[in-house]
Amino acid sequence: MLTVRLYMLQRITALLMAPLVLGHLAVMIYAVQGGLSAAEILGRTQGSVAWLLFYGAFVIAVSIHAAIGLRVVVHEVLGLKGMLLDLFTWAIAAGLFLLGGRAVLAVTLS
Amino acid sequence: MWRGDNASGRFEDFRVPAQENQTILDVVSWIQQHRDPTLSYRYACRVGMCGSCAMMVNGVPRWTCRTHVKVALKDNRISIGPLRNLPIIKDLATDMDPFFDKWVAAEGVHHPSRTRDDAIEQIDPEDGARLEANKGIECINCSVCYAACDTVAGNADYLGPAALQRAWTLFNDAKDAGKLSILEAVSGKGGCHNCHSQGSCSHYCPNDLNPMAAIAGLKRVTALSFFKGRK
Repeated sequence: MLTVRLYMLQRITALLMAPLVLGHLAVMIYAVQGGLSAAEILGRTQGSVAWLLFYGAFVIAVSIHAAIGLRVVVHEVLGLKGMLLDLFTWAIAAGLFLLGGRAVLAVTLS
Repeated sequence: MWRGDNASGRFEDFRVPAQENQTILDVVSWIQQHRDPTLSYRYACRVGMCGSCAMMVNGVPRWTCRTHVKVALKDNRISIGPLRNLPIIKDLATDMDPFFDKWVAAEGVHHPSRTRDDAIEQIDPEDGARLEANKGIECINCSVCYAACDTVAGNADYLGPAALQRAWTLFNDAKDAGKLSILEAVSGKGGCHNCHSQGSCSHYCPNDLNPMAAIAGLKRVTALSFFKGRK
């Protein structure tokens, strides 16, 4: 159910997410402390390739990591397996990617 | 004591005379000899070597021939059942086929590196890999770790701690020529990567072995192998 490939994908995306989470928290605290308005935040993120890459990578890593993690939970707790389990995994990955990707594009496209 | 098979069953009460030196297996044997000769259970050596007599005692897996009644008694009662995670044949006897089939599926079999015409390979007892292999060789195949494992309970394909520990032992054995096939066998959908490192296997192993560490070893070598592009 969890092959070496899925296991490594989950570990690698976890490694990727660790600094991204810290960066995200730091940005949030900075924005709140500094009292930035939504317009000021968008002024900094819109048109920024750096923020697109930062949060784009975050969304890709989350989509892969969470889909594999939920795959394990659903298999062991609910007994889902085979093609249905694969479909579930892909649906979670695609859903998170679409939701996250839409949000990233909304704040980074100028 | 559990009576029944896979389809149905129930716990039945028996009163057993206490003795100064008495194991759980003594209790089971007394019931079979004095109260109900139809009771089914399995044992052989009675000295903790053969791995036949493991059962659930008060809900946890134990080797019954080496478990004293005194350590298991709770409110003057003991519950005894068949091993968890295995099909029940009858009463306390479980079908061990899935357990041993997974040993083979994990490539827990000898892969010869030499023929009978070659000289016997010299083994350095202090070699690092040999020392690692030594850690797992006292496994008696009792299936206590398999019964204790929650991942086995939730994932029928998972090879389980004993089979994976055997694979790790053979992987570290200089006399075994099947390293790549072992890596492949433990990297599949029921492989070592399904282990959640909960540690019940190492906690309940009657021989104080550490299958969880063996599985961690397999995860390490398969990860390295993954980066080298083998699988």
